[in-house]
Amino acid sequence: MGETLAGNVIYRNVYQFVQDLLGEEWSWVAYAAAGMAIILLVTNAVMAIGAMYTWFERRLLGRFQGRLGPNRAGPFGVLQPIADAIKLITKEDIIAVGADRIVFTLAPVVMLAPTLLVLGVIPFGAGSWLADLNIAVLYIAAVSGISTIAVMMAGYASPNSFSLFGSMRAVAMLVSYEVPLVMALLGVTVLAQSMSLVSIVEAQALPFLLVTPLGALIFLAAISAELNRAPFDVTEAESELVAGYMTEYGGMKYGVFMLAEFTNTVVAGAIFAVLFLQGWKWAILPSHIWFLLKVGGFVFIAVWVRATLPRYRLDQILAVAWKYLFPLSLVNVLLLAAEVIVWPERGAAELGIMAAINWAVTIPAALLWSKVVSLRTSPPIAAMFSTEGR
Amino acid sequence: MTMRTEPVVVNVGPHHPSTHGVFRMKLTFDGENILDAEPVIGYLHRGTEKLAEERQYTQVITLTDRLDYVASMTNNQAYVLSCERLVGIEPPERGMYLRVIAAELQRVASHLIGVGFFLQELGVFGGTALMYAFRERERILDMFEMLCGARITLSYMRIGGVLQDAPEEFWPALRSFLNDMPGYADELQALVFDSEIVRSRAIGVAPVSAEDAIAASFTGPILRASGVEWDWRKAAPYDVYDRVEFDVPTCEGGDNYDRFWVRMLEVRQSLRIIEQCCEQIEPGPVRTTMAMLFRPPPGESYVPIEAPKGELGFYLVSDGTIAPYRCHVRSPSFMSLTLFREMLVGWKLADAIVTLGSLDFNMGEVDR
Amino acid sequence: MYGEGILRGLGVTLRNLVRRPFTVQYPEARIPQHPRFRGQEFTWYEQRCTGCASCAKYCPLGIIRIVTDPDGGNEQDGGSYKVDVFDIDQARCMYCGLCVEACPYDALHMGSGFEAARYSRADLVIDIDTLREREKHPSTWFRPQLEREKSDPHHDASQEWQSVGREPFLWHPKRPGQMPEEMDHRSSAAGDYGGEP
Repeated sequence: MGETLAGNVIYRNVYQFVQDLLGEEWSWVAYAAAGMAIILLVTNAVMAIGAMYTWFERRLLGRFQGRLGPNRAGPFGVLQPIADAIKLITKEDIIAVGADRIVFTLAPVVMLAPTLLVLGVIPFGAGSWLADLNIAVLYIAAVSGISTIAVMMAGYASPNSFSLFGSMRAVAMLVSYEVPLVMALLGVTVLAQSMSLVSIVEAQALPFLLVTPLGALIFLAAISAELNRAPFDVTEAESELVAGYMTEYGGMKYGVFMLAEFTNTVVAGAIFAVLFLQGWKWAILPSHIWFLLKVGGFVFIAVWVRATLPRYRLDQILAVAWKYLFPLSLVNVLLLAAEVIVWPERGAAELGIMAAINWAVTIPAALLWSKVVSLRTSPPIAAMFSTEGR
Repeated sequence: MTMRTEPVVVNVGPHHPSTHGVFRMKLTFDGENILDAEPVIGYLHRGTEKLAEERQYTQVITLTDRLDYVASMTNNQAYVLSCERLVGIEPPERGMYLRVIAAELQRVASHLIGVGFFLQELGVFGGTALMYAFRERERILDMFEMLCGARITLSYMRIGGVLQDAPEEFWPALRSFLNDMPGYADELQALVFDSEIVRSRAIGVAPVSAEDAIAASFTGPILRASGVEWDWRKAAPYDVYDRVEFDVPTCEGGDNYDRFWVRMLEVRQSLRIIEQCCEQIEPGPVRTTMAMLFRPPPGESYVPIEAPKGELGFYLVSDGTIAPYRCHVRSPSFMSLTLFREMLVGWKLADAIVTLGSLDFNMGEVDR
Repeated sequence: MYGEGILRGLGVTLRNLVRRPFTVQYPEARIPQHPRFRGQEFTWYEQRCTGCASCAKYCPLGIIRIVTDPDGGNEQDGGSYKVDVFDIDQARCMYCGLCVEACPYDALHMGSGFEAARYSRADLVIDIDTLREREKHPSTWFRPQLEREKSDPHHDASQEWQSVGREPFLWHPKRPGQMPEEMDHRSSAAGDYGGEP
């Protein structure tokens, strides 16, 4: 750990400081202190990002709907997330009687942890990352799958059968959408010939959004489902009947679930920016600002889609995943693999040719595929339930 | 190894996330499929018909406002038409034209609510289409404020005409509304009805055949969505509906999508009617001079009108005094709940909510 | 193509993003009411009132309470009652305006506010002293003479009793059971409400 983090300013300074204070024999304390400093940094960053994003989303959603968002708490409502946090903290922490207490309390933690972990590998700007893993993409795919377990834990621990019911459906959806997500990531890996996020950014002479439009679209759809966002938000907004797996949660536990969900959106935006939009590159503005703008672009699209589209029914969601996204993602991977073999070095020109080929394949594929596969669900089972004799 | 499952009875209680008023359903589920559905109504019963027996005829108008509280004008219109039939009078021309303009504006407002809640029930909670629909509805309510000083419980119509003539500011506001509304209707259509997600969730869901609809006493948009072309404005024209040209939109199939689609088409026809009324209207009195205490001779009357939700009629029995002896409300929303069980059984829960929204019933009318 | 409707919907939302929002930031800004708005804060002119209690009789909810003393004192119409108690219970009032419609002497008018909330129910009853002392901004609802002068209760100064009158109108039939066709349509004021002029 020391080598990758040693370049980090905070780590180095805290390490030096504690070591000067305590001497050489206690260097493990210095390690621990420096590590804690980094953890605090990351955790606070997560909280700040999540809170800021709630403000941004509520105001933007309001503008889409022709109204203002929250604008009473502080100028332009920027203190609204703080007001929400204060409200949630001051609420009574109720754990229902029949609940499995340990699992119940741990579920929000398990939900939030992958976000923090994933933030560790994302490069935010030139030379600015916490760790440059050479298996970063695999790490992201694996760690973000842990949040599925959190959903299962939350539903299982509640004594409410409808929570369990809701979480089962949520898990079915999340697991189904892991497959196109990983295939989209696989496409990018094949194209960049490396799993390290820094190398992927450097391999993008052209943004991969242009080079593999199909991969980008599949990634967008799959990550919307993983984030439980519209139009796949069947889990959190099955509020026709119950609130899904989060029914029994209140106070700050609910706050942590919400925070995890909103922060996940921003992290997904960061991943999208790194994988498809050239990360921190381009000139004139500093690289961190560019990165923020790109994340903002993804977030804008996410809110835009949320403001417009109603949600699919669960069986339609699964049909979209398996019948539509999965075959298209296979096509994407095969196409990219073939192109990588043909052009071993991928500078801007080769990428441009690949982009042309990919666009030429994508547009007919998307148009024709929707004619081949029908997303309409099976005919109603009303015939099974006769109303005679009632 | 098979798992033993048993059906679960769930109470979708009077307090509802999706709004139709206080309405309770007892649903029996097997997994997500509905096996049985039982509506429980009466949470908003206020004794309108009994109160009407103790109020003078003009005071009952204020009671009728609150029946279908999103469409007050047509409630008033049905009642005063019934009263006028008791004595056999007709309002002056300008009064009738103003009545029709007000009623058609109210129809647009009520259908905007119906269609706006379509997307809300599908899932854009607190959503976009609702906000756009309410933005347009605000303009209509502002026009109503110009006419009669109130926005929702209007009491604009009186026996023998309407209360007052429209002020001068009304006509330019109406003109600008008529110019803007088709564009907004197109926008709402593009947002709601063209979306593949909406189509895949609403087409083919809970269809009602024409025979079933007639047998269940459906009237209004839900009947016309099943293919039966029956509109009281054409069948027994009242006020000036026989002097304006308009189509009666129908659809085949009678599923959820059609029921909302018919409402959208009716909005356009209403705009057409209002245009023609604006051209045809002449200056003149708006109300026949009427005694303060309306005292009709003994008799009974029933005039059905085409309210936004269906056939609305007041059955009035008078015994010669200043208050009705009996006032019964034939409310369309109550009849729409006839096929409640047949429409929900076999479908999934998510569809059930949309089906209820497509019926567009209003608990003020159901419970009275 | 699957998704075309979705794209059109996205276009609609994007177009609305750049439109001005239609929120009005109450209480700093308010949507202006029309002068005909049927609001709270009833306006009562004691000089015109004869204590006939038509308003109380016509109210569907019976919230107006009038107690009079037959000694008179107001010589305007050849004798009238002296009004001791005139209570309007705003807690149950539905602002339908039937009382204003009933008043034959245009003594009672609708007000034009909507912010008369109080902290206790007893405070919601408007008593006769409040009616006498408060500023008079009558709404133009069912008062065509005010509308002809283009009065606007939200912006005009308080109006006195001489400026809100009109001739007594002939709404009431001369004998019980008189039907509308047989009634006298002498006054031009009846034309304001729809009788033949």
